[in-house]
Amino acid sequence: MSEQKLQSQTVQTTGHAWDGDLQEYNNPLPVWWVYTFYVTVVFALVYWTIYPSWPFGKGWIGGLSNITYVNSDGETKTHSWNTRALLLEDMNRAAIAQKPYFDKVAAMSYAQIAKDPDMNGFILSAGKALFSDNCAPCHQAGGQGVVGFFPNLTDDDWLYGGSFDKIHETITGGRHGYMPTFSEVLSPEQIDQLANYVASLSGIGHDATKAAAGNVLFHSETAACYYCHGADAKGRKEIGSANLTDNIWLWANVPAASSAEGKVAAIRSVIASGLNKGVMPAWAGRLSPEQIKVLTVYVHELGGGQ
Amino acid sequence: MNFNFKHEWIETNIGLLAVLTMLAISVGGLVEITPLFFIDKTIEKVDGVRPYTPLEQRGRDIYQREGCYLCHSQMIRPFRDEKLRYGHYSLAAESQYDHPFQWGSKRTGPDLARVGGKYSNEWHVQHLTAPRSMVPESVMPNYPWLKATPLDTSDIAERMKALRKVGVPYSLTDAEYKANVAKFGETVAKQLHIPNAQQSLIEQANFGNYDGDRSGISEMDALVAYLQVLGTMVDFGKYKDDAFVNDR
Repeated sequence: MSEQKLQSQTVQTTGHAWDGDLQEYNNPLPVWWVYTFYVTVVFALVYWTIYPSWPFGKGWIGGLSNITYVNSDGETKTHSWNTRALLLEDMNRAAIAQKPYFDKVAAMSYAQIAKDPDMNGFILSAGKALFSDNCAPCHQAGGQGVVGFFPNLTDDDWLYGGSFDKIHETITGGRHGYMPTFSEVLSPEQIDQLANYVASLSGIGHDATKAAAGNVLFHSETAACYYCHGADAKGRKEIGSANLTDNIWLWANVPAASSAEGKVAAIRSVIASGLNKGVMPAWAGRLSPEQIKVLTVYVHELGGGQ
Repeated sequence: MNFNFKHEWIETNIGLLAVLTMLAISVGGLVEITPLFFIDKTIEKVDGVRPYTPLEQRGRDIYQREGCYLCHSQMIRPFRDEKLRYGHYSLAAESQYDHPFQWGSKRTGPDLARVGGKYSNEWHVQHLTAPRSMVPESVMPNYPWLKATPLDTSDIAERMKALRKVGVPYSLTDAEYKANVAKFGETVAKQLHIPNAQQSLIEQANFGNYDGDRSGISEMDALVAYLQVLGTMVDFGKYKDDAFVNDR
């Protein structure tokens, strides 16, 4: 009570009174607040001189702070502070740390990299990061692929070849799978016979009579399957046609079907509708040659490199 | 003159308080935005950036209708981690024909500024229909209706006219068309010509067959066409890595 009385004597009020005795004090800003405010003003003045802040004509005043970086042509340049120059300086610093490894990657042959334990560690960590950012959305984090969409990279079955050079070619230039639509060329019975023959090649339950007829059809000019898949049905890597004898399936979702009939039906649907998919983008413009080389070794080491 | 400032002048005069408050809060915006209209390097001089084709523009409209921007930004910042993951930082020039632009830093999903060409059309179709079939840990909703819904192509000319009013160089007259031919080349200029809009939309959709289904043009066709062009217009291979440093 006495404290209230004291304040009302020393502090001014706004002059209003509500409900008879309710008044509003009119206190000045606290001294600490006022001085903090002055300090922020001084800070801003200093900041304005160090960093680019002031527009001037059609440009601006760069400020006193500079950034030095080396550009892609190897020229050392100094520029007033900005985030784009800062990025280049940052990339320079990271490049210095990684340079010995990337230099080695560029200089060494694939066989040498595969044998060098130190490089293997680098490929595993750098390759995993690159693979996760760029390849995993399709081929999945472990490289196991998705049946019906994207090939498994961890087995030893390769559409276009699993050597270092072939993997490099695939990553650099991309791929585009194609198989004609046979539903317009062949009768449903013929397609069924072919499906049974293809099932028989992988040891899947099938109708032997139909498979025998399919065998003839496969090697005939009517269906001409052997043009692309080869007379032995083992595929041709130069055009990316699938090996039909290894019970590894990409387009026909055979593993998901529980019955032998279902498995044959899955094969039948691929023959009938054909394929115009299996598109892999070309990475040459998006990744550097060293990054592609790292990825090539990484994919090769996933399991099935040849 | 005895000038003795008292803050109760402001606090007891509601009109003055309102005016001064407005002045104070507009300073932040004015000092940051106004100079950009006068600085000649605000939009970088770079080759290749063009307005969206009619099909891409329809895809962009669907992108906004479905609220993709709530989780995906289209602005790669100049940081090392973003460069390594997404590619070259975004230029202001690359969104000069975007109304509204899709900048932002709110990313529940990844930035999409350079998603064009990174995945196949087929991946996009499957991923938009059922994201978890492609990316098991994804939290993106399913958009199965995009492929099932035919694209309404009838109002594309009106949409382009609206964008033309806010400065996108879609051409309506012969003179504008000729200016576009000079600026973007004939192939592109034809697609930017409003009288041809519906026809060129249908041509691009049929030629590209973005959704993998030749029986008609779906909303999926338009959206995938839009996603596949994002960030691909500028060929950064033509420029040195410090080509855009002087612009900031």
